[in-house]
Amino acid sequence: MAEIIEKIITTDEIKTDEYLVNMGPQHPSTHGVLRLLLKLEGEIVHNVEPHVGYIHSGIEKMTEALSYPQIPHLTDRMDYLSSHMNNEAVSLLVENALQVEVPERVKYIRTIFDELQRLASHQLWWCASGMDLGALTAFFYGLRDREDILDIFEETCGARLTLNYSVPGGVMFDIHPNFQRKVKAFIKKFRKILPEYDKLLTGNIIFQNRTRGVGILTKEDAIAYGVTGPTGRASGFSCDVRKHHPYSAYPYIKFDEKLGSDGDSFMRWKLRMDEMWESLNIIEQLIDNIPEGDYAVKMKGVIKLPEGEYYQRVETARGEFGVYVVSDGKKNPYRVKFRSPGFSNLFAINHIAKGWKIADLVAIMATFDLVIPDIDR
Amino acid sequence: MTNEQLIEQLTSANPIADVKQGIQYPEITVSFNTLHAFMQNLKSDSNLAFDYLVCQSGVDYPTYMQVVYHLESTLHKHFLIVKVNTENRETPALDTVTDIWPTAEFHEREIYDLLGVKFNNHPDLRRLFLDDTWGFPLRKDYKDDIHVVER
Amino acid sequence: MAFEKYDFTPLTQSIHQGLSENLSPLLTTIIEWTIIGVLYLLFIAVFGLLLVYAERKVCAFFQQRLGPMRVGPWGLIQTIADFIKLLMKELITPKSVDKFLYNLAPFIVIIVPFLTISVIPFAPGLQALDFDIGIFFVTAVSSVGVIGVLLAGWASNNKYSLIGGMRSGAQIVSYELSVGMSLITMVIMAGTMQVSEIVELQRGGWFLFKGHIPAVIAFFVFVVAGTAETNRGPFDLAEAESELTAGFHTEYSGIKFAFFFLAEYINLFIVAAMATIVFLGGWMPFHFGGFESFNTIMDYIPGLVWFFMKVFAIIFLIMWFKWTFPRLRIDQILTLEWKYLLPINLFNILLMATMVLLGWHW
Repeated sequence: MAEIIEKIITTDEIKTDEYLVNMGPQHPSTHGVLRLLLKLEGEIVHNVEPHVGYIHSGIEKMTEALSYPQIPHLTDRMDYLSSHMNNEAVSLLVENALQVEVPERVKYIRTIFDELQRLASHQLWWCASGMDLGALTAFFYGLRDREDILDIFEETCGARLTLNYSVPGGVMFDIHPNFQRKVKAFIKKFRKILPEYDKLLTGNIIFQNRTRGVGILTKEDAIAYGVTGPTGRASGFSCDVRKHHPYSAYPYIKFDEKLGSDGDSFMRWKLRMDEMWESLNIIEQLIDNIPEGDYAVKMKGVIKLPEGEYYQRVETARGEFGVYVVSDGKKNPYRVKFRSPGFSNLFAINHIAKGWKIADLVAIMATFDLVIPDIDR
Repeated sequence: MTNEQLIEQLTSANPIADVKQGIQYPEITVSFNTLHAFMQNLKSDSNLAFDYLVCQSGVDYPTYMQVVYHLESTLHKHFLIVKVNTENRETPALDTVTDIWPTAEFHEREIYDLLGVKFNNHPDLRRLFLDDTWGFPLRKDYKDDIHVVER
Repeated sequence: MAFEKYDFTPLTQSIHQGLSENLSPLLTTIIEWTIIGVLYLLFIAVFGLLLVYAERKVCAFFQQRLGPMRVGPWGLIQTIADFIKLLMKELITPKSVDKFLYNLAPFIVIIVPFLTISVIPFAPGLQALDFDIGIFFVTAVSSVGVIGVLLAGWASNNKYSLIGGMRSGAQIVSYELSVGMSLITMVIMAGTMQVSEIVELQRGGWFLFKGHIPAVIAFFVFVVAGTAETNRGPFDLAEAESELTAGFHTEYSGIKFAFFFLAEYINLFIVAAMATIVFLGGWMPFHFGGFESFNTIMDYIPGLVWFFMKVFAIIFLIMWFKWTFPRLRIDQILTLEWKYLLPINLFNILLMATMVLLGWHW
């Protein structure tokens, strides 16, 4: 018998098969064209491999053929839910490089639009995440309230989502006469609605069971993976560009940078809800004090940046957005690189999703708030 | 540390590297064979403590390729730009910094995808956005009659 | 009692008399079966459509919008239009499915509601099958549905469907325990499993009030377990759109998908009907102990109307669950059953038995 039984196989050596499942480019909860290749064992996720590039449009290459006033209009399309902040990044870079001082009015207007768009982006995040977790009603509530902000945008900029508003030198149009009144009415209304959002989802026990303790991102990992924005702040990584490197009208106002400590999905959720409150406070501080003045400074016809390299950072709804321009003195940039928050955030998911179930992966993706064109550019 | 102190410390530690104050932040250009050791030192030195790799980009120059690292320290709040040039443009290769900052894994894949710079010891150097038969679009000499319209 | 005039027994008796006088017994039976079958088919078809319409309207009500409004007045013909569309769709069968099982699964799933609906008393005298183990029959037959779900998941040759089918199978099998046990709690109180007897016994007041504490607990458990049985509401992980596209019925199109869809809504009706019969008195009007005048007024509303009012109230409650709560994860669903509902059920049975023995109920 000894010759036949070569060795006794222990259960450790009999591995059950892992199988690959595609959360494909078309999927209701990846919020865009993202393909996640999951290696599953039963329900447990062993590996998440993102395949990106389905919406890569070569924006960085395109900018090499454009002049500086034309570049902000391309940046809208990257993270379309924070389009004004993207515009602002490029405009600030050009203005700082040429050492042009924009009027105070422009700074106030830009910041108010930033915060309004942050609110709109977080509202869309809330309703889409609620839908991902199964609370389908949340989708309608969030969108209904977001319509007010989009109407305000449309009156002033002409567009609801991709605002195309900030340009080097200022903004494209002056604010509409109704702007201040409508924003104030909206703030009043939204302060009553935001507690409803909390009542519907944040306090619900099913929701808490789905998100508490799920997908923990530690602070060291957040820094190591470069995860910024509310996702990073929930882990304790203090990275708010509005606080550390203030721009536009942020030096004039007081607001808190909310930091979490657990780094789980629930903390990320809670932090975004808190950020919505902070945005309301910021807008309230600014809306009554918009100084009079021009809405733009006259820039030269052909803008040429001095030779060298420039890096400008802003805080979008998703995290730190950076624009890096290498200029050789000509009217087109030599190289433009956009440091998008989604790119760094996405690749941290593999690290934190190991060992959780598919349903938890959906909760993690929901709280990371990714916009895919931001990743692919 | 302020920019001046940073420049001073780096110059004294690396006499042959080229350190200067750029338009916004200090810049240092290191050579490719000391890259990894230098980066490791940037992270582990407690006075420098650059633990956050903000952005890693590739730039195409006529005779070489350049990779630019934007580094920040969350502890001391200083910022540094590190540049490294490859030897030549035909076979650009550099050491990876993935083991120092994990986020670099994907930035380097993107640079490889769009510019063709290979990274030694990279855990998984594959193309990120494009498929394997595509050229390297961000290069200045990239010609593509179908997708790029030149005036 | 005034509701005697709403009693359907004379009607059914006269039909039976008329047929058996003129025809042979065999032919009578066959004709009676056919009549009942056709009536139930019609009922299920119409009620299914009505429930789908109700769901869309209730869903819209919770989401602060109007729902279907254009197709017909108040959108009433919307579901009919949807079903005509489903009937006309091409039946796409993927190439490598297990053909026999793939085609069999929807039929198994749709048979279950037909079987269970035969023991439900819609009004006094309007009940197809009335044997003395009615409740037991319902629990036994509703377990057959899980076979259809598992077959659908397996035979579709699709990883997503398989995951969905397995999850759903585990969930349904677990929650059957809770459903069965809460029904048994009320059987202990009634002392009989015969459905018509149970309804008759609630003449002096519904079991929910007569049985106070254990009955209320059993009612809650039954409603929660019932929504989980039908893969609805917060327990719809098997067909979670945002995760696995459509779960075990991803690969079905056209009329086969309509079967799954319809079966889910009729199962919802069955759960609500069982809840009404066992807890809320079936077709029995709302009687209050010794207040004869009050009872007589209540009796003027026909039993059929009472039955459907109660069923719709419970269906509304179950739909409310779905549109408010997020979804539970599969292990949370199973934890809820095995660690919480099952012990509560066992304790409740004990409590109810003690109460019945000591006579501490009305």
